[in-house]
Amino acid sequence: MEKEEYLDLYHQMVLIRRIEEAAALLYQEGKIGGFLHLYIGQEAVSTGLISARLPQDRVITAYRDHGVAINCGVSADMVMAELLGKVTGTSHGKGGSMHMADVHKNFWGGHAIVGAHLPIAAGLALGDQYKGRNGVTICMFGDGATNIGYFHEALNLSKVWNLPVLWVCENNQYGMGTAVDRASAVSEIRQKAEGYCIPNERVDGMDIIKVRQAAERLLADIRSGKGPYFLEVETYRFSGHSMGDPERYRKQDEVKRWEENDPIGIYDHYLTSNKIAEEAELDQIDQKVAAEVQASIQFAETSPEPEPADLYKHVYFDK
Amino acid sequence: MARITMREAISRALWEEMERDPDVFIMGEEVGVWGGSYAVTKGFYDHFGEKRVRDTPISESTIIGAAIGAALTGLRPVAELMTINFAFSAMDHIVNQAAKLHYMFGGQMTLPLVIRTVGGGGRQLGATHSQTPDAVFAHFPGLKVVAPGTAEDAKGLLKSAIRSNDPIFFIEHATLYQVRGEVPDGDYTIPIGKSKVHREGKDVTIVTYSKMLETSTKAAEQLAATGIEAEIIDLRTLRPLDMEPVLASFRKTNRAVIVEEGWRSFGVGSEIASRIYEEAFDYVDAPIQRVAQKEVPLPYNRTLEQLALPQVEDVIQAVKEVL
Ligand SMILES: Cc1ncc(C[n+]2csc(CCOP(=O)(O)OP(=O)(O)O)c2C)c(N)n1
Ligand SMILES: [Mg+2]
Repeated sequence: MEKEEYLDLYHQMVLIRRIEEAAALLYQEGKIGGFLHLYIGQEAVSTGLISARLPQDRVITAYRDHGVAINCGVSADMVMAELLGKVTGTSHGKGGSMHMADVHKNFWGGHAIVGAHLPIAAGLALGDQYKGRNGVTICMFGDGATNIGYFHEALNLSKVWNLPVLWVCENNQYGMGTAVDRASAVSEIRQKAEGYCIPNERVDGMDIIKVRQAAERLLADIRSGKGPYFLEVETYRFSGHSMGDPERYRKQDEVKRWEENDPIGIYDHYLTSNKIAEEAELDQIDQKVAAEVQASIQFAETSPEPEPADLYKHVYFDK
Repeated sequence: MARITMREAISRALWEEMERDPDVFIMGEEVGVWGGSYAVTKGFYDHFGEKRVRDTPISESTIIGAAIGAALTGLRPVAELMTINFAFSAMDHIVNQAAKLHYMFGGQMTLPLVIRTVGGGGRQLGATHSQTPDAVFAHFPGLKVVAPGTAEDAKGLLKSAIRSNDPIFFIEHATLYQVRGEVPDGDYTIPIGKSKVHREGKDVTIVTYSKMLETSTKAAEQLAATGIEAEIIDLRTLRPLDMEPVLASFRKTNRAVIVEEGWRSFGVGSEIASRIYEEAFDYVDAPIQRVAQKEVPLPYNRTLEQLALPQVEDVIQAVKEVL
């Protein structure tokens, strides 16, 4: 990687963190409605992963999708506008926090039924395979999603049809309040891929460099026609499952322990100790991000609401 | 014109569309090597190959989910669910995904997707394999639901469905596959979302579709012998529902009977009746009658099964009620 790219990844991670913090405040002010799931703590996962993709690679994820949108190149403005339900948002205010997408950036959403997007990911990959394109579909989902039938059907089909998919399980240790070992028969989630003869591995998701390296290698393998691959990424969400989570299922010192492994702190240290960047340069990025987030809030707040007539728009494509 | 079965009509529509557009492909259980559980895709695998005639595992959610994904990339999948009873295993992908994605993402995703499936009772398959839950699927904005009653319509509507850019749930009736009808030669389409006057009459309006078109036509023939002229409207598409021919007919006859194979409660008949009351109340001369399946899970025993399904006599009886 060139220095510029190292700094860009830092920028993306910090931007996600600050957008999420701002979103939490806007939620408390009542400006964001519905459910809001923050990505704080998991920034290294999608930033590392998506930075390794080629433009033809598709990305699809679950409802914890703001960060993924940013990594796919969606602007902070559009993310914020969607959170506020504005017509300038990614989904013109019809999707909300859980349903962001930008197909022109090969970001295929934001899906809020746990595990339901895995079969869709298989289909996206089928589309590329059918047309002889060399894109890979990167499908991200939580540990909890590996317990629903869709996961098993989709993994099986991906192997039977040798589809170009990178299955990425973001194991953040909990599905809502249920710890992995209370819901999953296997403790290492990657083991589930064994049942479908899908090669698999586990990586430390708090370290962006490790995620990035694994992703580069696996995407190249899949692109060369080797079929699907399963990557389990160990990570942790520092905030509750969604806003208003009483967090009765985990102890504060467990959260503290993980927070010491803050992915941004780890990356900051990596950049400075390897003399890739000076602390002052990173501070500058931090300031730039603060301004960007402020501007995105400004953009979202001053953006128009959808028109009442938009209610009936896009129910069908054909007139 | 040729006199062919509904099975052949559907098969020809698929074949011609696959010849016409290389992005059209079929996926589902037993569609390939087996030739289709109802023999609709017989010969397809040998002709088009395994890339375009794709046998899937028994994974209903993933059949529909993967078809959605493929459609999002611009392909035109025709996903087959072996019977409508198994569609419940794919309900999430039909309802929460197929019917929502275009709208929910502000129009940026399009789904040129056809889900073909087979419904209907009357073959002694017992309660799990005999349902006609068409109204369930017609409940969801974002999905289009088509259910042809003639071979000509089946071919023309299926071609329109394959060329459409919306997700379409295409319901065939298992006991209509053998029924023959006149079908125009070559390429033609029939628009989705258009009801049609199937038989003209002046005394009573019978609103129906799919298998019950056959039942209603038999009833109309018997009624004609006694001097009662029934007009039959074939809905053909349940969503979007085209009420114009229904209302035009009702304004003429002032009496209506709605005939469906599914259960009466919360069904197609309930919808049509209330739409008539809402939009043509001044023309009502008699309470609208509904003919539908008895409210039981369909039994295996032949006599009981026929007792539960709507019969020609039930339609005649209902017509007499409104006259
Ligand atoms: C099919 C389905 N069941 C239940 C829910 C409610 N729900 C939303 S998120 C969630 C937990 C999912 O956990 P995981 O997959 O680990 O993702 P994480 O939230 O940890 O990112 C549940 C149960 C849902 N959205 N969809
Ligand atoms: Mg989780």
